Amino acid sequence: MNLESIIQEIKTYDGHKLRIMEVCGTHTSSIFKNGIRSMLSPAIQLISGPGCPVCVTPSSYIDKTIEWSHEPNSILLTFGDMIKVPGKNQSLGDARADGARIEIIYSPQEALKKANENPGNTYVLASVGFETTIPAYSLLIEQMEKDNITNIKMLTALRRVLPALDFICSTDQTIDAYIAPGHVSTILGSQAYMDLARRYKKPFVVAGFEAEHVLIAIYDLIKQVSNQRYEVHNLYPSMVKPEGNKVGITYIDKYFEPGPAHWRGLGTMDDSGYYLRQEYQKYDAGSLSLITETDDHVLSSCRCGEVITGRINPNGCPLFGNACTPLKAKGPCMVSAEGTCGIWYRFADK
Amino acid sequence: MKIVMAHGSGGNATKQLIKELFQKYLANQYLDKMEDSAILPSSEYPLALTTDSFVITPLEFPGGDIGKLAICGTVNDLWMGGAEPQYLTVGFILEEGLKLELLERVVKSFADTAKEAEVQIVAGDTKVVQGDGGLYINTAGLGFKKAQTPLGIESISKGDAIIVSGCLGNHQASIMSQRMEIANSIRSDCANLGFMVKDLLKDNLGIKVMRDITRGGLATVLNEIAEVSGTTIEIEESSIPVDPEVDSFCNILGLDPLYMANEGKFLCVVAEEHEEEILTRLKKNPLGTNSRIIGRITDLSKYIVTVKTRLGGRRIIDVLYGEGLPRIC
Amino acid sequence: MCVAIPGKVIEITDTIGKVDFQGNVVKVNLSIVDAQIGDYVLVHAGCAIEVMKQDAAQELLDLFKELESLQ
Repeated sequence: MNLESIIQEIKTYDGHKLRIMEVCGTHTSSIFKNGIRSMLSPAIQLISGPGCPVCVTPSSYIDKTIEWSHEPNSILLTFGDMIKVPGKNQSLGDARADGARIEIIYSPQEALKKANENPGNTYVLASVGFETTIPAYSLLIEQMEKDNITNIKMLTALRRVLPALDFICSTDQTIDAYIAPGHVSTILGSQAYMDLARRYKKPFVVAGFEAEHVLIAIYDLIKQVSNQRYEVHNLYPSMVKPEGNKVGITYIDKYFEPGPAHWRGLGTMDDSGYYLRQEYQKYDAGSLSLITETDDHVLSSCRCGEVITGRINPNGCPLFGNACTPLKAKGPCMVSAEGTCGIWYRFADK
Repeated sequence: MKIVMAHGSGGNATKQLIKELFQKYLANQYLDKMEDSAILPSSEYPLALTTDSFVITPLEFPGGDIGKLAICGTVNDLWMGGAEPQYLTVGFILEEGLKLELLERVVKSFADTAKEAEVQIVAGDTKVVQGDGGLYINTAGLGFKKAQTPLGIESISKGDAIIVSGCLGNHQASIMSQRMEIANSIRSDCANLGFMVKDLLKDNLGIKVMRDITRGGLATVLNEIAEVSGTTIEIEESSIPVDPEVDSFCNILGLDPLYMANEGKFLCVVAEEHEEEILTRLKKNPLGTNSRIIGRITDLSKYIVTVKTRLGGRRIIDVLYGEGLPRIC
Repeated sequence: MCVAIPGKVIEITDTIGKVDFQGNVVKVNLSIVDAQIGDYVLVHAGCAIEVMKQDAAQELLDLFKELESLQ
């Protein structure tokens, strides 16, 4: 087997119509960057799943971060891709224009230095992410405890991938196969998907992010579906162990516990979020109050939920490209560079 | 010593600042007269006029500083229109708290770069505002359009080559590295493009369009050209020059070199029959050794920019939406 | 950011390492991996999440071989 023959097979596949979901935003990005869709047979459809932590963050969470950013002596720390996500009335970018104090970071560890240097400020960390990112938050708390740092608070919108996948598998039988999230799998391990594969009779592959990785993942899934196999294949063994990163999981469990969470576009799912445990709630900035909040005010015509679960393509939404564009996003899928609608808008054939 | 509000009062402190700092580096026959406006000799050539403002932080960075950037940015805009820069004006907006030594280094660098670029600073202004030690520069630049080229966007035809004058993204990567505390040896490419362009404007080489690739990066410039001319541009991913260090930097933060800002790179659209000659001239210049043909105009009826990817896929390149920020996802 | 490329550990002080991505050196927390100097690690949000077990090029070759069995 070589790359050329795999590319050829994917291009000329003429079996039954195949719908493959890539769960993770980084795969979505790789697929677009490498022009993978243009390399597929028309019988293969790729669907971008809910694997971008920014896109699934509810608007009530954004509103809460904006509230904090206006508090005297407090500074909101966030990853860059949160800046454009719309809240009820505003995004963090809008709030910054109104004088809110917002700083962009790329690692939670950066909060430590800031907090040490400016003890008079409270740093509120917009803590979003999946299992991949949560150990980094755990390590932050560990260090805060050690150094007795009290001026960092976390507003969490942490999400667990497996309950969301379970939800999609159970509600959408039209998806034939899944490319599991790459780096989440580094933490959870490739075995984590075995139960889903067995229960729903769907094949899963764990894959890396280079174009080659994505192509072989698609090839593997085509073959599995054709042969009616529903296995979990680990095509990223250099970075993903069957059992995952056990130390990482221990770190997550030490500081966080599962609880219900609201996903933008998907709704509220039991145990699909992570929250600071009771003994660490002193570092929380009001995350628990968000559990009961929903996105009721989101335009009723926004169909992000159906886009995220692959039931419609972005151009099936009446707002797409009209009321909702990357410059003025209404729904989460348009917000991130890797949101399904954002990508369609920017890259789809004009 | 730091800048205080008194430096902007118009009184003694202002005079002293101008005399001891600005005049020291920028003296010439126009500025020395200390008049309200400069009277310039008339020109036999059409005039090119441009203005630009410079608001970069940090003020000094590997490969340059705001002073050098201000001269390069202004003369580059003139060169891209095929005009030889002659005269510049400058306004320095100083925030109180700005260190005088830093200001002096910036003004010296501004003056040195102007000298290299063979432009005269004919009018200047200084203001002080409340703030936090920052510094902003506004310029205007006047040039003489002596050359026949560039021929203009309407002259673009099918088969024209797109040439890029070197590796992309170094400027923005260098600035962001400092802000994000990532250690590397990436330097801003901040440079006067005149050193390269001078050679291309001789001999009427059929250059259609020249654009400096600044904010928004290559993707933005390609889209501007394709949109205004209503043409299709196809580029090859593997031919886009990017330093491995910059490429890796972009990978770490989730950025795309196609959208990264440069301050010393330009793109030209050239007729097929001249492309080799233009490439040879560019490559001879130390600033242009990595020049490459990255793609072509392939259709005159539809606005679109596409790239052929490494493994043979195809994607569309759109303009930049929002800011290029480090991402979690 | 989910950095798709691994970086090389060039220095370790306590739990903090310096990781080199082709000339870009970043401070990385190594607490949840067992990394030695010279190892390649996968980094996410300032935290190493796994030590790379084999060379990426070799991994691809192995995968191609494995995929034969799916025929």
